[in-house]
Amino acid sequence: MIPLQIAVILLVALGALATVLTRDIVRLALVSGFYALTLVVFFLVLQAPDVALSELVVGAIGFPMVIVVAIVRERGDE
Amino acid sequence: MTRQARLGLFAVSAAGFGTLLLWAVAGLPDFGHYHGVYGTTLNSVAVGERHATNVVAAVVFDYRGFDTLGEEFILFGSVIGVALLLRDVREEPHRPRDEMRSDAVRLVGLGFAGALLVLGLYVIAHGYLTPGGGFQGGVVIASAFALVYLAGAYRSYRRLTPFPAVDLAEGVGAGGYALIGVVSLLLGSAYLHNFGPLGTTGSLASAGSIPFLNVATAIEVSGAFVLIFTEFLEELAVTRVETGA
Amino acid sequence: MSYLPYALAVWIFLVGLYGVVSSRNLVHLVVSLGVVQSSTYVLLLSIGYVDRGTAPIFKDVPEGTRAVDPVVQALTLTDIVVSVTVGALLLALSLQKQKRAGTTDPDQAGAMRG
Repeated sequence: MIPLQIAVILLVALGALATVLTRDIVRLALVSGFYALTLVVFFLVLQAPDVALSELVVGAIGFPMVIVVAIVRERGDE
Repeated sequence: MTRQARLGLFAVSAAGFGTLLLWAVAGLPDFGHYHGVYGTTLNSVAVGERHATNVVAAVVFDYRGFDTLGEEFILFGSVIGVALLLRDVREEPHRPRDEMRSDAVRLVGLGFAGALLVLGLYVIAHGYLTPGGGFQGGVVIASAFALVYLAGAYRSYRRLTPFPAVDLAEGVGAGGYALIGVVSLLLGSAYLHNFGPLGTTGSLASAGSIPFLNVATAIEVSGAFVLIFTEFLEELAVTRVETGA
Repeated sequence: MSYLPYALAVWIFLVGLYGVVSSRNLVHLVVSLGVVQSSTYVLLLSIGYVDRGTAPIFKDVPEGTRAVDPVVQALTLTDIVVSVTVGALLLALSLQKQKRAGTTDPDQAGAMRG
C-alpha cells in the first residue's frame, strides 16, 4: 500500500468523525460537503473514476441543496 | 429509555459488534490481491463483445442491466414519496417573488447554467466511452436548473420546471428503460439483452442498446432530481409568505 | 497494514451509528445515516482493488492492461445516486414531523400518528 493511500484513508476517517460530531446544522451542511470531497479523493486513489464522479455531483449539489432547505425551514419556523 | 441508558447500551453493543466485524473483515483476502473471477473475465472480454470502452458502463447497462432497472424504480418510488409528502399540505396559493441579489451573482449564475447544461449533455453522451453516464450527467443537468434558482431568478426557475413537464420526464425515463428491455424480448433474446449494431469501438455510434438505456436513465435521473429540488424549494417560498417577508 | 481499508469501513460504520443513536436533531440524524451508507461503498471498492491496477476504462490504454474490478464499481455508482433520493425522502418526513410537533429533537418529538 502506497503512502498516498494511507494518508487518504486517515483523511476519510477524520472526515467521518467530524461529520458526526458537528452539532450546529449550518456547519453540518459544510462539513458533510467536505466529507464527500474526501470520499471523492479516496475513490480516485482506488482507481474508480465513475464512482468518484457520482459522489462528487451528489455530495456537492444533490445532498447540500436538500439539507439547506431543511435547515432554512427549521429556522424559519422557530 | 433515557438518553443515558441508550448511550450506555450503544457503547456495549458497539464494542461487541465492532469486534465481530473486525474479525470477519480479517478473513477477507489482502487489500490488492483480488481473487474474484468475474472482474478479470469482464475486463478481458467486455470491450470485444460490446464495443464499449467504459467497462463499468457496460456492466451497469448491459451485463447487470436488471439491477439498474431495480435501482431506477427505487429512485422513482422515493421521488413519488417526496412529492406525496410535500405536495398535499401546501394549501394556500403563493405568489412567487424574486430575491434581491447583486447583479454579479445573477450574471455569473445564469451564464454558468448554460455551460453546466452542455457539460451534463457531454457527460451523458460519452458515458460508455469515458467515465460518466446517465446517472452522473442527469444530476449535472438538474444542477444546471438549480443554478438558475440560486442566481436569484425564482420565477424563471418555476417557468422552466412546471410540475407536469417534470413528472412526464421522470415517467418517460423510468418507463422507457423498462420498454427498451421489452424490445429485446420481441427480437427473440432475453429481457434487456443487448441488441442493435455494435459499431466501431471508441466512437459515439457503438455498443448496441447501451446508448438508449443511457439516455433513458439520464432523463429519469434529471427529472427526479429537478422534482426533488422543486418540491423542497416550494417549501421555502411558502415559508417566506407565511412569515410575511 | 493491508487490512486498513476494511478497518476504515468498520470505523465509519460505527461512527455513523453513534451519530444516529446520539443525535439531537433530525437533520443531523439523516446525515449520519448517509455516513453509515458510505461505509458500504468503502468496503465494496476496497474489495475490488487490484494491486498496481488501473481504472477499467480502455479508451487510451491497450486492452489487457491490469485493471480493477468493474462490477463493484457498477454497484456502487448507482447506489450513491439512489441514496441521495432516499435521504431526501427522509428529510421530507422530518419536515412534516417538524410542522406537527414544532421541534426537531427526536427525543422530544413523539411517535408519528396517521
